[in-house]
Amino acid sequence: MNSSIILSVTTFVYAFASVLYIGSWTFKKEVMAKAGFFVFVAGFTGNTMGIILRWIESYKIGYGHAPFSNMYESLVFFSWTIAALYLFVEIKYKERIIGVFATPLAFLSIAYASLSPSISDKITPLIPALKSNWLIAHVITCFLGYAGFAVAFGFSIMYLIKPVDLEQKDHISGDKKLQNGKKSLYSKLPSLDLMDELIHQMVMFGFLFLTIGIITGSVWANSAWGTYWSWDPKETWSLITWFIYAILLHLRLMRGWHGKRIAWVSIVGFMAVLFTYFGVNLLPGLHSYA
Amino acid sequence: MEKNNSDKKSENILWNTFKSVKLTVVVLLLLAVTSIIGTIIPQNGTEQFYLNRYGEVFFKLFNLLDIFDMYNAWWFILLLVLLSVNIVICSIDKLKTTWKIIFPDKITFNIDRFRRLKDKIELESNSNLEALEAKYLQFIEKNFGFATVEKSEDQNPKGVAIFGESGRWTRIGVYVVHLSVILMLAGGVIGSLWGFKAFVAIPEGLTVSSAFLRDNNRPVELGFDIRCNSFSVTFYDTGQPKEFKSNLTVLEDGKEAFTKDIIVNDPLRYRGLSLYQSSYGIDSAKSATFKITSKQSSMTYSKKMEIGDTIDIPESGGKFTLSEFVHGYNFRGHNLGEGFVGRMYSSNKVDNGQNSESDKNGEIEIYIPIKFPTFDKMRGGEFSFEIEDYEKQYYTGLQVTKDPGVWYVYVGFILMIIGCWITFFMSHQSICVEILEKNSGCKVIVYGTANKNSQGMKLKVGKIASMMDKL
Ligand code: HEM
Repeated sequence: MNSSIILSVTTFVYAFASVLYIGSWTFKKEVMAKAGFFVFVAGFTGNTMGIILRWIESYKIGYGHAPFSNMYESLVFFSWTIAALYLFVEIKYKERIIGVFATPLAFLSIAYASLSPSISDKITPLIPALKSNWLIAHVITCFLGYAGFAVAFGFSIMYLIKPVDLEQKDHISGDKKLQNGKKSLYSKLPSLDLMDELIHQMVMFGFLFLTIGIITGSVWANSAWGTYWSWDPKETWSLITWFIYAILLHLRLMRGWHGKRIAWVSIVGFMAVLFTYFGVNLLPGLHSYA
Repeated sequence: MEKNNSDKKSENILWNTFKSVKLTVVVLLLLAVTSIIGTIIPQNGTEQFYLNRYGEVFFKLFNLLDIFDMYNAWWFILLLVLLSVNIVICSIDKLKTTWKIIFPDKITFNIDRFRRLKDKIELESNSNLEALEAKYLQFIEKNFGFATVEKSEDQNPKGVAIFGESGRWTRIGVYVVHLSVILMLAGGVIGSLWGFKAFVAIPEGLTVSSAFLRDNNRPVELGFDIRCNSFSVTFYDTGQPKEFKSNLTVLEDGKEAFTKDIIVNDPLRYRGLSLYQSSYGIDSAKSATFKITSKQSSMTYSKKMEIGDTIDIPESGGKFTLSEFVHGYNFRGHNLGEGFVGRMYSSNKVDNGQNSESDKNGEIEIYIPIKFPTFDKMRGGEFSFEIEDYEKQYYTGLQVTKDPGVWYVYVGFILMIIGCWITFFMSHQSICVEILEKNSGCKVIVYGTANKNSQGMKLKVGKIASMMDKL
């Protein structure tokens, strides 16, 4: 049994969990979401074991480094952070259905790592510049930040899909469930207020960790190259992402910016995250991965 | 502020512009959008590069707008200045009122504010009013740190309200965040005004006392001497580099102060300067071992020589001096790469080969390239030279940085993290427990509110209420 196999299996477990969540939403079956939760927890366990095993394997080979050093490892870790954060939210807020758009993101990330032919799952040694504890702190915090934004993105999509008139009916009947048995697809979704709040919570979580990620990266750059900020494209794009979410936080403080509009800004922000992560590799710079 | 004259009014317009969050959004948006330019158009390239890439017209236009060094362009700096002024004015403006909230003369509560809240939890209890009051007051005090009791005014039904709160100070959090932004920007300015970035290459064994500025190549004095004792590079079996290491000695007035190994990620810091391992290269060779083949006897001999050494060629073939190591050698228009230059003195003036011009003493210059071992054979001389092995002499390339602003930036980093943590995850929470007497026992209503994260507060109120129910 090696880590790559465990992680490939994890990919399919995540896929199954996503299918269950989406199924529970489309077929209005709460029980599927419940099952989805347990499958997702199983996937998360596999994901965790895979990462730990890979860490051990790297020591056995003699390279001995934390498994956060190339595209494959970062993608696997990205899905781990998304899963961890999502599970935390589901458990804390006791809302099952919100996983419809968040769980597939955990699946997509690890699926891209496992299935893309251009991403190798080989364990490679670290070049001198990457040998730093700051690297570990940098990668962990950046990906926690990205996970916050990813989950916020999932919630934002959900927010935009939920029709407003239904919500108003919801309000009339109070917080209790609709009395008549006609439950529509959307009445399963949590209230808009809760979604709005959750998006904000996730953005704040993401912002804090992206902030720490940029800071640890900058301290690392200062210890390796003697410059804490050099405006290389990856750095700049992470700053652009940071600006976008800072804008989001301030927009909420201005009258009228809630709900839908914030959901859109959060989607734009996540596009910037994706570009920082994948797009920048097309541009020249110091970062070879992640 | 009174607006009794026009001077004050225009002042107010300026003040109101700079205190507005709208301006913040606009400036941050402009920063985000313009920053993209510098990631698409490579920065600080040569003029020729840009001309080839963008053509004459766009080159002139971009150059005019400082696009090729846009993060130092006046308009980009202006945006950062606007942001700073915005933050300072806004913070001063808001702090005036926030300060009064954080440090009030007397903390007061308004029961009606709580009664209007949508989220509340009602409990029933059989105990009497006084017993509940004592119990819950202690409980709220324990959980929130501050609690007071007020009798309800109308006394119909008879009741009391217990108020509690915590985290009033957390309202300072966003000012900490904003201050940290200012500190980081200030650190950047200090660094660029009083710091420098330079580079120096030191061959093994040599000492230098200055480095060359990255911007303009001008020398800058270090204030001390630095000697590179040795440099080494190791590789993984995959061929990737594993470690670059320089052994450096710092000398003060010619006396050795201390010696340290530096590797990437572990620089040498001394007297406000930091020296980073940034590159390396082959400066020269210390010695080389040659295989000398005699054409006549087909015998081969191995000789180890240092630069400058002279040896007797075997079989009384004359003398050979190893003159120098060079990085390139031109042979009929081809560059043969790194290798050794030597001089051969034949004892008899026979043919020394077609490729070299023998002078009157039978002395010729020969080139022994590293990459082409059979090259010297082609000369067709009596003896041919080939490199068996050689000891490289490296130079180490050091980035030399002085940045007195870095500490402001680092303090900014820490404050930014602390400030964000406070603003995002802590809040000023108030709770109110209203106890109303009923025919038998009491009705208890728990209300809670916070200056942010209402969902979290709702959960907390639920938890508090269920704890109270079990008391
Ligand atoms: C890069 C620059 C800035 C950063 C990183 C930043 C960060 C923040 C953060 C994290 C918050 C808390 C948001 C929340 O509670 O959800 C905040 C609040 C705020 N910011 Fe900024 N900010 C910046 C610039 C500015 C500027 C230039 C202004 C000037 C108007 C400003 C005005 C405010 C105001 C008024 C608040 C709300 C304070 C309150 O809730 O009492 N910010 N800022």
